[in-house]
Amino acid sequence: MIVLAFLVQALRIAVPYLFAAAGGVLCERSGVIALTLEGWMLTGAFSATLGSYYSGSAWAGLVCGVAGGLLAASLHALATVRYRADQVVVGIAANLLAVGATRFFLRLAFDSSSNSPRVSGFDWFAAVSGGGTSDGASLLSSLANPLVLLGMLSLPFVSWLLNGTPFGLRVRAVGERPDAAVSVGIHVGRVRWLAVLGAGALASLGGSYLALEQHQFTDSMTAGRGFIALAAVIFGNWEPRRVAVACALFAIAETLQIQLQGLQLIPSQFVEMIPYLLTIIALAGVVGRSVSPAALGRQVD
Amino acid sequence: MTDSALEAIHIVKRFGSVEANRDANLSVGAGEIHAVVGENGAGKSTLMRVLAGLFVPDAGTVRVHGRNVTGWDTRRAIAAGVGMVHQHFMLVPTLTVAENLVLGQEPTRGVRLDLAAASESVNSLCARTGLRVDPSRRVDALSVGEAQRVEILKVLYRGARILILDEPTAVLSPPEVRELWTVLRTLKARGDTVVVITHKLDEVAEISDAVTVMRAGETVGCLRTQDATPAAIARMMVGRDVVLAGDLVRHGDHAPGAAVPDVARRVALEVTDLVVARPRQRPAVDGVSLVVREGEIVGIAGVEGNGQTELIEALAGLRPTEAGSVRLNGREIVAFDVRARADVGISHIPEDRQRRGLVLEYSIADNLILGLQHRFAHRGVMQRDRVRRNADRQIEAFDIRPPRPDVPARALSGGNQQKIVVAREMGRDFSVLLAAQPTRGVDVGAIEFIHARLRAARDGGRAILLVSADLVEVLALADRVAVMYEGRIVVTLPRAQASAEVLGPYMTGAQRGAKLS
Repeated sequence: MIVLAFLVQALRIAVPYLFAAAGGVLCERSGVIALTLEGWMLTGAFSATLGSYYSGSAWAGLVCGVAGGLLAASLHALATVRYRADQVVVGIAANLLAVGATRFFLRLAFDSSSNSPRVSGFDWFAAVSGGGTSDGASLLSSLANPLVLLGMLSLPFVSWLLNGTPFGLRVRAVGERPDAAVSVGIHVGRVRWLAVLGAGALASLGGSYLALEQHQFTDSMTAGRGFIALAAVIFGNWEPRRVAVACALFAIAETLQIQLQGLQLIPSQFVEMIPYLLTIIALAGVVGRSVSPAALGRQVD
Repeated sequence: MTDSALEAIHIVKRFGSVEANRDANLSVGAGEIHAVVGENGAGKSTLMRVLAGLFVPDAGTVRVHGRNVTGWDTRRAIAAGVGMVHQHFMLVPTLTVAENLVLGQEPTRGVRLDLAAASESVNSLCARTGLRVDPSRRVDALSVGEAQRVEILKVLYRGARILILDEPTAVLSPPEVRELWTVLRTLKARGDTVVVITHKLDEVAEISDAVTVMRAGETVGCLRTQDATPAAIARMMVGRDVVLAGDLVRHGDHAPGAAVPDVARRVALEVTDLVVARPRQRPAVDGVSLVVREGEIVGIAGVEGNGQTELIEALAGLRPTEAGSVRLNGREIVAFDVRARADVGISHIPEDRQRRGLVLEYSIADNLILGLQHRFAHRGVMQRDRVRRNADRQIEAFDIRPPRPDVPARALSGGNQQKIVVAREMGRDFSVLLAAQPTRGVDVGAIEFIHARLRAARDGGRAILLVSADLVEVLALADRVAVMYEGRIVVTLPRAQASAEVLGPYMTGAQRGAKLS
């Protein structure tokens, strides 16, 4: 039972990473730095909460969450692709903007500086069984969520998109040699726009999952998950399969942290560092050998 | 008059204040192989990019089979059957041959990319043209010659009937060049039109039916190849008679330094048993000893990659040495850093001007004091007026164009960029000049100028160590010739005894000097 509980918890923690990392792979393979994954997740989480609160439906919340992510991503694409602003500067600014904007609208909509009221989420199993009866059942009920399934499919989907479709071939070409892509008549800007929008939608699904699972939005609730997802993208060498492994690794580390915290063996502050330390160690040990898309962060005229 | 497949009329193309094309005209007959020749910076590549839809001209007209297509983009150029094979390959190194070939016009099955059909297209094109390449290999694993084949196939896959090739032979070995000519003749036999940019006159005679000559952004003439002589084309390219380095050697009027016996002159640079290590390999420079006297040019010949680069960089202080001694006018300088070496009289023209010789974003004036900035500063503040006066003087003395100190180096042609480096290194007091590939990639006029400067410095009593991959250049300038092979100097001969025939076996390692270690 302990093992099952551990695995279920790890999977639930992995879902937002998987969504955001899938978006990160798509975005970065097109040559746009996915520094804004965090902001897109946060925007997605907030707009999903908003949608779910006013409609009373988790599905409507999901649609709103994706719409919010697309809006944030189009701002990013407008600045970096259309107006060729520096991708790192825009990325940092967009993240700060997402924190500030969600805080502002949180106050405006719910008159709170910390969290929203309870909203409806995907509680299928709980609705059917009328609340958890046995341990095993309640564990599995937490997985009865369409977003868990979608999250598990997100990286395979991006992999198929990149390697199996003409659009994916163009994304890979644009991220490596945009000048070569131009020379065969590909609109580099258009490809990057689509990739950034796709990334925004995927990352906001991850944010929506966070909010809907907790039935509320709390201020800055993504807590660096977008950056950990970006670390997973780099750690996984921009290849969907390896990125999925990296996401699983980070999720397991975080689960471990939560379990250890319960045991009170080590001061909790040190335990909380585990996922972040692992991120640094993974990147330091691997980044030297990883090969990024050649045109990553480079502007094209 | 024959039917023109491709025409450019009065094309003007500016980049900022630089006019790359001023009045460029080109008329290519259908089914012919047409050569476009000119010096570096004459605007050949720019004109071709205008034709292929990569640049929009500021003025002028482009016509394909009489239809006005001015200002089109690559997509429409491709649709009209005009394809360009770039000098720097436009291939995505991480994709396979088949993926590169179909990029932008992918065959699909449903929404999926149909890679089987892509491979099939590669194979059928290969069969038709005689170009052979494996569709499933990644492009970064291909040789340069193979990559060029992919480029040509890529253009043909898009249905091009008018092919523009930008200096296709620059990167090819002689057998690959012959293979390329065969392919171009095959295409011509199919009725395709081919435009080839080159600056090698023998290639013009070998392959083309007609030739257009460009100079300083303008076309200065169009000839049938059978009516043209290389000398006439060279004159049109430069605008006057040129003394080619090769002519000097052939005519034997090589002028050595003043007729003082070698031993009587003072030794300026003495290198003894110098070793430059490489990680996990034999040393790059493996015990080199040499002497350069005042008023002498010592030329180091050899196939590139035999330690010449490392030797020069070690002497300039850019690369740490393992062992050995370097003496300048009798003083040991092996422990000196780059600036200290410059201060005691070593000048260095690096082989890669864009990487080591210049900061491309800096102005001409700032590039002219690069590495000397401490001499133009007072208490840590640059004295702009002195920098400016220095720039005006050097620009005048070395004929740098455009003669405007505030223009960034990036905006200059290769030849003028090199003149900045030469001016900086030779326009000051020095006793030894290390000149690595001093005329690489610069035009005929600049070569002539730089050679004259090197000879003048030699006659003024300077010591010059010259490294060049161009044996003709070494033979045209040097008083003594050494050959480097696998990190060692295998032979040193006075110029009178050196010739391509004598040096060749040493350069390939077939023969070694009497002194073997």
